[in-house]
Amino acid sequence: MRYVEEFRDPDAAKGVLRAIEQVVDQIGATKEKPVHIMEICGGHTHAIFRYGLDRLTPPGIEFIHGPGCPVCVLPMSRIDECVEIAERPEVIFTTFGDAMRVPGTRKSLMQAKADGADIRMVYSPLDALELARRNPDREVVVFGLGFETTTPSTALSIQQAAREGLSNFSVFCNHITVPPPIRALLDDPHMILDGFVGPGHVSMVIGTHPYDFIAEDYGKPIVVAGFEPLDLLQSVLMVLCQSRDGRAEVENQYARVVPDDGNPVSIAAIADVYEPRPTFEWRGLGEIDASGLRIRPAYHAFDAEEKFGVGYGAGPRLVTEPEGCACGQVMTGRIKPPQCPQYGTGCTPEMPLGALMGSSEGACAAYFQYSATEEMMEAAE
Amino acid sequence: MCLGIPGQIVAITDESRLMAMADVSGVRREVSVACVATPDLQDLIGDWALIHVGFAMSIIDADEAAKTLEALRGLGEAQETLEAMAQGDAALEGTS
Amino acid sequence: MNMTSPIPPRSGGPVKPSRLRGDRVTLAHGGGGKAMRDLIDEVFTDVFQPPGSEDQARLTADALQNPGAQLAFTTDSFVVTPPVFPGGDICKIAVWGTGNDLAVGGAQPLWLSAAFIIEEGCEFALLRQIVASMQAEAVKAGVRIVTGDTKVVDRGAADKVFVTTSGVGVIPAGRHLKADLIQPGDVAIVNGVLGDHGATILAARGDMALTTDIQSDCQSLNALIERVLDAAPNTRAARDATRGGVASCLNEMAEAAGLSIQIDEASIPLRPEVKGVCEVLGLDPLYLANEGTLVMFVPEAEAQPALDAMRATDPGRDATIIGQAMAGHPGRVTMKTLFGGQRLVDTLVGEQLPRIC
Repeated sequence: MRYVEEFRDPDAAKGVLRAIEQVVDQIGATKEKPVHIMEICGGHTHAIFRYGLDRLTPPGIEFIHGPGCPVCVLPMSRIDECVEIAERPEVIFTTFGDAMRVPGTRKSLMQAKADGADIRMVYSPLDALELARRNPDREVVVFGLGFETTTPSTALSIQQAAREGLSNFSVFCNHITVPPPIRALLDDPHMILDGFVGPGHVSMVIGTHPYDFIAEDYGKPIVVAGFEPLDLLQSVLMVLCQSRDGRAEVENQYARVVPDDGNPVSIAAIADVYEPRPTFEWRGLGEIDASGLRIRPAYHAFDAEEKFGVGYGAGPRLVTEPEGCACGQVMTGRIKPPQCPQYGTGCTPEMPLGALMGSSEGACAAYFQYSATEEMMEAAE
Repeated sequence: MCLGIPGQIVAITDESRLMAMADVSGVRREVSVACVATPDLQDLIGDWALIHVGFAMSIIDADEAAKTLEALRGLGEAQETLEAMAQGDAALEGTS
Repeated sequence: MNMTSPIPPRSGGPVKPSRLRGDRVTLAHGGGGKAMRDLIDEVFTDVFQPPGSEDQARLTADALQNPGAQLAFTTDSFVVTPPVFPGGDICKIAVWGTGNDLAVGGAQPLWLSAAFIIEEGCEFALLRQIVASMQAEAVKAGVRIVTGDTKVVDRGAADKVFVTTSGVGVIPAGRHLKADLIQPGDVAIVNGVLGDHGATILAARGDMALTTDIQSDCQSLNALIERVLDAAPNTRAARDATRGGVASCLNEMAEAAGLSIQIDEASIPLRPEVKGVCEVLGLDPLYLANEGTLVMFVPEAEAQPALDAMRATDPGRDATIIGQAMAGHPGRVTMKTLFGGQRLVDTLVGEQLPRIC
C-alpha cells in the first residue's frame, strides 16, 4: 500500500531507534528521570501500542497519553442524550463504531441497539445523508463526534443537506478542539511535560500555527506527526533533538499530508456551520473555555439539540463518575492504565466502567488489547 | 478520530456533488473531494489523497513523502557509518 | 467412501409441475399441512434425495466397524447476511464449514443433516438456489445430506434463512489430533491468506459502501488434511479459524494446550485488498472471519514436509508458518511486530467495530 508500507519499513526503523538512543544518552535521560513526551491523539496512542514502540524506545522516554480521544473525553451525560434521541421510534441514529461500547448512566449505544433502538454504525456522515434521502419519513441523526479532523465532514454534510432542502437530517454536535485542552494541561502545575507529538490529522485541517502558543508561551517543543511507526519514531527523535538543543519550536514531520496553513475548504466549512460554545465539559478535565462547538443559528434546522430538546445547557445534567473510575487521571497522563485500581478487574473491554476501556481508541483499551504486564512481555523477549 | 488512509482518486463520479471514487489497495469507496477540489475535477484523477470518514482531505505531496523517507533512511545509513567507524576505531586501538 | 445406498440417479421423464403457489414462503408453509409438504418435497427432498422417508435416517458404514475407529460428530449454525455473497452462499459454507470441523479432527465426513429456519416472505428462488448449491457442494465433498427439517417464522424473526447442519464422520484408528498434544517448539502453519471471508462479508453488507473483488475463502480442507497427515504423521492438532479469526483460534489452542504461542507479524499472509479493507475501517485482520482457513500445529521436524504437502493442494498453495508454541504463560498469544516489538494478541472481545480514530 503506497504511502503506508514505506513508512513501516523495519530496517529504516533500526536507524531511527539507534539515533533516538544516542540523543537520549546525550540528554542523560533514564528510566528514573525520563523525558516526558505526550502524544496527544488517541490514534497515536493506538499506533504506539500496536507496533510496540513504547518497548522499542529506550526507558529514558516516557510516553504520557494525552486527552486526544474524543469519545473518552465525552461526559457520560452526552451518551445518555444519544440514547434518549436514539430511543425515539422515528429516529435512525447513526454513529461511528468507536462510540458503541462506551457506557452511559443507563446503557451504552450497543445495549440500546439490542433493546430495539434503530442505531446504525456508519463509516461516513455522507452515508447518513443518503439514509435521510432514502427514508423521508424518518429522522436521521448523526452523532457528531471528534476533533477538527472529523468536524469538516459533518459541517460539509450539513451544508449539503441545506442545499438539498432535507428536513429530516440533523447532527448532535459534540465536536471539540485540540488547542484548549493542551493549554489546560500546560497550565496544570502537576503535569510534567517536556514535549509533544502533535496530532497529524487534526493538523491536516487546522495547520501547524495553532500550536505556536505551546512553543512561544510555554517553551515546549511540538512535532506534528504522521501515524505510521516510522513517522512516530522520527517525530520522537525530533522532539528529543529540540530538547537536547534547548529549542522550543513547532515542527512538521507529516509535511506530505499537513500543509502549514491547513485546509482552507475545511476551515471555511467549520467556521460557516459551527461556533465555539462558551465552555464545554471534558471528562477528567472539567470545564474548558471555548473548547466545544455548537451549530450556528443559521443552520438550526440541522441541530439535533434543538430538534430533540437535549444537549448542553438544556437542563441540569449532573452525572458523577462511577465509583472507582479513574478515567480522568489516566486521560491527563497522571497515571498509566495498569495503575488504575479497576484496570482488568472491575473494568475490562467486555464490561467497561469508563470510556477509556469502552472506546477502542482509549489508552486503557489499547493497553489491554496490545500489551500485558511488564513481566510477561519481558519473558517473551 | 484520526484514522486516515492514503487512497488514489481513480474516477469522478458526481461533478455537481464533488464526489469521486477512491481506491485503497483494490478496495473502492466513493468519497467527497470537496476539500481538495480543483476547478477541473478531472485533474484529481491519479492523485493520492488522505481519506478520512469518506472525505479526501488532503492531496499527498509526493516530494515531501520522498524527502521524509530519504531523511529516515539516511538516519539508518548515518548510524551504520558511525558504527562502522566506531568498529574501525576499536580495531585500531585493539579494543574490539 | 463408505456410504449406504448411493444417491439414485434422476428418473427420466418430464419435470413435475410446481405445486407451490406464489413466489414466496408464507406461514402456511410452516404449518404442518399440505403447503408444508409441498415445500419440503419440491425444494428439499427432491434435491437431496435422502435415504428412506422416516423421521430418522438409518445408516451404517464399514469404516465405523473397524476397531479403534471413532465416530466424529459436530454441529454448526449459519446466519450469514447476505445469504448469497461473492464466492459462495450460506449453504455452501454450511457444507464446507461442517465438513471442515470434521476434517480438522482427522475425520472422513460421511453424512450431514440440514435444518432450515425460513423467514416469512423469503423467495422460493433464493431457497432453490442455495439448496442446489448445498447439494452440489455435498457431492463434491463426498457427503450425503440424509435428514433435515424446515420451520417458517414470522417476518423479521430471521434474516431470510438460517441453516443448521450437523455432520457425522469417522476418525480412523490410531489418529489423534488434539490441541492438548501440542508441545513447546511445535510450529503453527496456516494454509493460506487470512480474512478473505470476513472482508467479503463486510463489503457485501453494503453499510460501509466498499466495493472490492475479494471473494470468500469458503472451501474444503478434507483432502489437504489427509495429505498433511500422510506427510507429517505426528501432526498434533488442527482447527478451523472461523469467527473471531485466527487470533481467537490461536488463543483457544494455547488455552487447551496449556502453552503460549508466539507469532510473527511479518509472516502473516494477507491479500492487499483485505489489508485495504482493514486499513480503511481500522480493523485487525487477525480477527476477521475465515471459512476455509485452518491453523495446524506440527512438530518442528515435520514442518517442511507438512508445508510441502499443503502447498501441493489448491487450498494450501499459500501455506506458511506463522509462529511457534512455547512453554510458560498458558493461554497467552503474543506477536512479534514488524518492528521487532512485542504485542499481545488477545481473544476478540465482542464484535470488531470499525474504528474511525
